[in-house]
Amino acid sequence: MNRTVAALAASILILCACDSGAPPTGSDQREPFASRYQPLPGTTTLLRGGTVLTGTGERLENADVLLRDGKIVDVGTGLTADGADIVDATGRWITPGVIDVHSHLGVYASPSVDSHSDGNEATDPNTAEVWAEHSVWPHDPGFVAALAGGVTSLQILPGSANLFGGRGVTLKNVPGRNVQDMKFPGAPHGLKMACGENPKRVYEGSGPSTRMGNVAGYRSAWIEAAEYREEMEAAERGEGEAPTRDLRLETLAGVLEGEILIHNHCYRGDEMSVMLDIAEEFGYKVGTFHHAVEAYKIADLLAEADTCAAIWADWWGFKMEAYDGIRENAAILDQAGACTVMHSDDDIGIQQLNQESAKVIGAAARVGVDIPPERAVRWFTGNAAKSLGIDDVTGTLTPGKMADVVLWSGDPFSVYTRADRVYIDGALVYDRSTPESNPVTDFSLGTSSLTGGAL
Amino acid sequence: MRVSIALLALFACSIAAAQTRAIVGGTVHTVGPDGTLEDATILIEGGIITAVGSDVAVPSGATVINASGKIVTPGLFTPYGQLGLEEVGFSAGPNDAAQHGDEFTAAFDVADAYNHRSTLIGVTRIEGVTSALIAPVAGGGEESGHVISGLAAIVSLGDQPEKIDKRAAAVVVNLGESGASLAGESRAAALLILRRALDEALDYGANRAAFQRGQRRDYTHSVADLETLQAVLNGSTPLLVNIDRAQDIEALITLTEEYGIRTIINGGVEAWMVARDLARARIPVIMGPAQNLPGNLDRINARRDAATVLANAGVTIAFAGPQSQTHNARNITQSAGNAVSEGLDWDAALEAITLAPARMFGLDGRIGSVEAGKDADLVIWSDDPLELRSYAETVIFRGDSIEMRSRQTMLRDRYLDPGSETPPAFRPR
Repeated sequence: MNRTVAALAASILILCACDSGAPPTGSDQREPFASRYQPLPGTTTLLRGGTVLTGTGERLENADVLLRDGKIVDVGTGLTADGADIVDATGRWITPGVIDVHSHLGVYASPSVDSHSDGNEATDPNTAEVWAEHSVWPHDPGFVAALAGGVTSLQILPGSANLFGGRGVTLKNVPGRNVQDMKFPGAPHGLKMACGENPKRVYEGSGPSTRMGNVAGYRSAWIEAAEYREEMEAAERGEGEAPTRDLRLETLAGVLEGEILIHNHCYRGDEMSVMLDIAEEFGYKVGTFHHAVEAYKIADLLAEADTCAAIWADWWGFKMEAYDGIRENAAILDQAGACTVMHSDDDIGIQQLNQESAKVIGAAARVGVDIPPERAVRWFTGNAAKSLGIDDVTGTLTPGKMADVVLWSGDPFSVYTRADRVYIDGALVYDRSTPESNPVTDFSLGTSSLTGGAL
Repeated sequence: MRVSIALLALFACSIAAAQTRAIVGGTVHTVGPDGTLEDATILIEGGIITAVGSDVAVPSGATVINASGKIVTPGLFTPYGQLGLEEVGFSAGPNDAAQHGDEFTAAFDVADAYNHRSTLIGVTRIEGVTSALIAPVAGGGEESGHVISGLAAIVSLGDQPEKIDKRAAAVVVNLGESGASLAGESRAAALLILRRALDEALDYGANRAAFQRGQRRDYTHSVADLETLQAVLNGSTPLLVNIDRAQDIEALITLTEEYGIRTIINGGVEAWMVARDLARARIPVIMGPAQNLPGNLDRINARRDAATVLANAGVTIAFAGPQSQTHNARNITQSAGNAVSEGLDWDAALEAITLAPARMFGLDGRIGSVEAGKDADLVIWSDDPLELRSYAETVIFRGDSIEMRSRQTMLRDRYLDPGSETPPAFRPR
């Protein structure tokens, strides 16, 4: 595919995103720091004869997946396509691309030296005005490592030092020259909030020092944001003068408008319950609780609120609010019908979200709960896309969606399985069999890990 | 079936020492000279394995555990971490693995702080981990700490009265970047501190009587430290060195050979680059197979198949790393499986989490493999122990199977039914 065709494919992609009612896309000049993401050139590809997990809960045996013009065109058996690159998927498994809703790649980049500490604007408990995308270093080697783990999209979040940490950004995992080249077209912004130990520890003396102080901080901010929003709306109606534009309040007002999704770091079940009530008080929705180590204790409440719980498989005990972490967390949530998401918060964990999910399957089996692969795969595909508000365009192998696809060497829930091929918008961006053609970020140049080194 | 075994285990605890047990029908990965045995029988008497084989007769009166269709392995060995030294990692009281005082370095012995009642022990052992190295850590950063952190120990996670299998299993040392942060910001100074300690220990060892008479110069280290280091100098206690960069490892090899001591590397992200030198110097490496990113500038040449490169060069390896130690020491099976997916032989991967660490710390005469004469620390698995969906069904320490229960299984059982109307505090337990 030449450049023109690639550009055409990109424009089709953007149009489709607009048609589906997504927020303003990269082509919208009113949007600051708009996405300039362009899919890489791709060819029509037919993955033939694999075990397909669609990400919607279905499993198809000996099935084919057809990718054309950056889209998933068809999933089924006996598919044909003229001139397609035919890939024999016999004995291999096909899933939607892996999506990580909680990453700090680029903002806490490798190597994690002090100079790369760009994830926490730890200067005030409320820094809703900062945007994580302005810290993202696209040359973080972690992006490429994540790609080898099948990751096609990821949300980069600010850290959890603050009650309001700032806006997150959703990226396509195609390393670019700058963050704009990587921004997922049309993805809504996220707002990082944090409960518990971190915000109350960081500002002892100058900010909240207790959990009740944290809650007062959230509520005061929402009151201010509601006033700001009312004044803005009144001014639009010609009633009174618009307030001076305020980046911090603009973000919070965007949440109240329903345009910005809440991503709330919150470990304990009791604290999550309080956060759900705050959302009700001020009329917004908690999209996703992150690190929800105790989500299993309130699985019914989360299901009822349609709030996702993004969790690790088995991290626990590294601090008091993580003491009650259990491996069955995701299993209990999933059984309760809550939106269950496997996240990483880690540059190694992001490479193996499939493995992390597999450990939950094993723990559940031990107590007689059967979680089949087609169900567990949703935790890092379809459900993750829902958490990020991009489920209308990716996250499942549904015809018309972006061709973000992983071809695994086998069952993705086996420790011995690796991602053989990763497609993003139909372009082959990673192929395990041709290391020389895979991307390498600037930082990795000159390191001997790149070439296998010299013994 | 499992219930009856658990009950038997409970009743049998007190008389286990005298009773004969037989595990029959399983596929036994011995990690010993017998390799893998199908439909094998393991006989246990007095907590010791007395026979292993496919043609071993079960004596009448023996308690039989049926393992047909299951996998049997030696108990797993987590070769680095702080089990029983820290309950909760952060902002939750003291972590007994670190000491910031100035009085002691090498003599600081974490075995004295080991809490065998820690909730981490139950969580870890029901996943098949039976032995653990517990290590001191340096304070580091802005806090005080020492290039020589202190003594590590090997503990057994079983219920038998003696929990510590080996004291003074290693003296922990920090070189490279971690050493530099403890030695005035240069790794060269960290090496100098280690050399000075070894030189003082040599001098002290050769002139004890003179020192006690006050006819020898003062040392910068305490007598307790210098006594501890005698065992390093005579080769009975290895140095366990936290180190990653290849150039630093080259300097360590030089030092190891110069003093004629034994050294084990922990971390070793760039060890693969000097694999042949490590094999020649017989320096083993404890590493995390998943560590494929440059976490700092000492790890710039991290690669995912490092375990395979090291093993192929003849270096003894064992698995730890941030993904599989302390709270999640149970994840060493995942580490081993990942190493296999990057080319390591499956049997070598199992050895790396059983016999290899036992050998590193001089306990291979007692544990690490399924062989007659060794302690009966065994695990019966639902399936391939390195696979993520497999789990330990029975864990045996010195012949006794433990109750498969931990604080986490209690939390699980309390919340497993999300529809329960009973408040959690009132649910059965």
